[in-house]
Amino acid sequence: MDMATQDSYSTTDTLAVNCRNVGKIYGKGENQVVALRGVDLQVERGELMMLVGPSGCGKTTLISVIAGILDRDSGECEIFDHDFSKMSQRERTAWRGKTVGFVFQQFNLLPTLTVAENVSVPLLINGVPRREAVARAKKTLATVGLGERTHSYPRELSGGQQQRVAIARALVHEPKLIVCDEPTSALDHDTGHRVMELLKDVAVDAGRALIVVTHDSRIFEFADRIAHMDDGRVIDVQKKMEPRMHADERG
Amino acid sequence: MGAVTGMNLIALKMLTGDRLRYVSLVAGLAFAAMLVTQQLSIFSGFSLQMGVWIRETAVADLWCMDEQVNFTDDFKPVPQTRLSRIRGIAGVAWATPMYKGYMPVQLSDGTLVLCRIIGLDDATLLGAPPQMVQGKVDDLRRDKAVFINTRQAASTLSKTRSGGVPLKMGDRISINDHDAVVAGTYSASREFFWDPVLYTTFSRALSWAPPQRKMLTYVLVKAKPGQDVNELAQRIEATTGLGVYTNDQMDRKTTGDLLARTGILVNFGITTALGFVIGVLISGQTFYMFIIDNLRYFAVLKALGTTNGRIVRMVFVQTACVGLIGYGIGAGAASIAGLLFGRIGLAFQMPWQVPVVSAFAIIVCCGGAALLSLTRVMRLEAGIVFRN
Repeated sequence: MDMATQDSYSTTDTLAVNCRNVGKIYGKGENQVVALRGVDLQVERGELMMLVGPSGCGKTTLISVIAGILDRDSGECEIFDHDFSKMSQRERTAWRGKTVGFVFQQFNLLPTLTVAENVSVPLLINGVPRREAVARAKKTLATVGLGERTHSYPRELSGGQQQRVAIARALVHEPKLIVCDEPTSALDHDTGHRVMELLKDVAVDAGRALIVVTHDSRIFEFADRIAHMDDGRVIDVQKKMEPRMHADERG
Repeated sequence: MGAVTGMNLIALKMLTGDRLRYVSLVAGLAFAAMLVTQQLSIFSGFSLQMGVWIRETAVADLWCMDEQVNFTDDFKPVPQTRLSRIRGIAGVAWATPMYKGYMPVQLSDGTLVLCRIIGLDDATLLGAPPQMVQGKVDDLRRDKAVFINTRQAASTLSKTRSGGVPLKMGDRISINDHDAVVAGTYSASREFFWDPVLYTTFSRALSWAPPQRKMLTYVLVKAKPGQDVNELAQRIEATTGLGVYTNDQMDRKTTGDLLARTGILVNFGITTALGFVIGVLISGQTFYMFIIDNLRYFAVLKALGTTNGRIVRMVFVQTACVGLIGYGIGAGAASIAGLLFGRIGLAFQMPWQVPVVSAFAIIVCCGGAALLSLTRVMRLEAGIVFRN
């Protein structure tokens, strides 16, 4: 297996995410749970990094820390050279709104908004006037192949279509970092594959980084690198898996 | 500004998208607004009725009466000699006597009704009914003349034994076994007390009333131009030992005493409070459940970069929306009910204070519901978006 070490990606000019020795503990005393035990992870700009590992290994906690949703307890973590711990809560929220896009496992589309309105939400949050936001949302929906469904409600769409809407929502405000949490686990194999193809096609560009948390080995082939986590640590980082190896693994 | 409008629109769509809960919220607030508005309006109607006779008889500056009188129909006459003494006090332009008391009235078919008889000064007829319908005020000088209220002529003064025939001009009646003739009809605002009111002259009223040593119920006093009314009142009180009040003071005294005496204030207060509490409970619980059901979506908005401040504004926009609509429906329904039932005698008055107070009650309802719900939203971790 062609393995690569973290050090080969550690030039800070090109780093989107640079986490060093990050620790996170939930609870106190006897109820204390150590979620992250000194995680080191670097993600390049223009890279699609997958985080894989067993349930409870700390993947979701790590992306929450990276996205600025959770505070880390120790270590350092810079996202595009910004350290969340040095920002106020308000600054951090505003920065996250501009810099990070999210794709969730359960899509998390607001059921009472149309598809276009759902996609326009990040723009509205960032102060774009409603009319312009909806126009840009429709344009982005066209890039994910849903230009004809802008007035539909999420309940009228299939799971795959809803995830494409979620991808459009993650892209519409042109964030530098996109965090995807199990984007294919609620979808069948073919749909999941198409969603990942779409994500790879429209989301990956030179200035943007993608972090995808997944259990789904069928989509490993889309990763530039795969970080394996276990017990709150990144235990190794693997370079892009060849299709042949992927097939072997599936076999 | 556009973004604020956009996020507010999203807040409203989140609210109205859940039709059942939205309708429940609006219905709860509308019910509370209706109950509070209606009860306050009826209370206001009763309160205004209590002093309406004073306001419509306010031809003079001061009312003089026995100091133990508590309200307009609390008849405690004083000796007629007080009238002369008042007329002699410096600063009095004129002073006229007025009789008011209960007497039995028998209609031509034998129907017996207890009525309030008002005797006006024979010379001036000051304190006459506010609006004559048939006849004119001077007709009261005719022999045995009385004026009757048009509304009461068809109701409490109708000849019940003859099948409810209304009393009319020219009809003869017997007042405390003395003959009287209906010489005019008048209209006046509905009073708190329901006994019919008949107007006649002061001397005629005294001749019909059971003989007593004290027969003077009120003295109406007009101050000379430039005379301070309150100062004059104190002077009359000091000289005669009577209770002396301006029109406003008399109105407040009557209303305050009747409110306390009848328990109306407490009863309507309890019902209004009940409406308010029901509104708070229904809207508070429904809105709280709405927020709980939408916690995941608020978390999504937080994760996407919505600040707590904007979330607070969104929640307040939602509560303001249901509050405004609920209040509009409730207050509107109360107004329509008041118009409809007012025609059949419901004491319904809606001065500007009533909608303001009920609006304040709804604001408190909505504000309480919003604050209760916000405690959950503010504590919400955006990280729950990653959980299933």
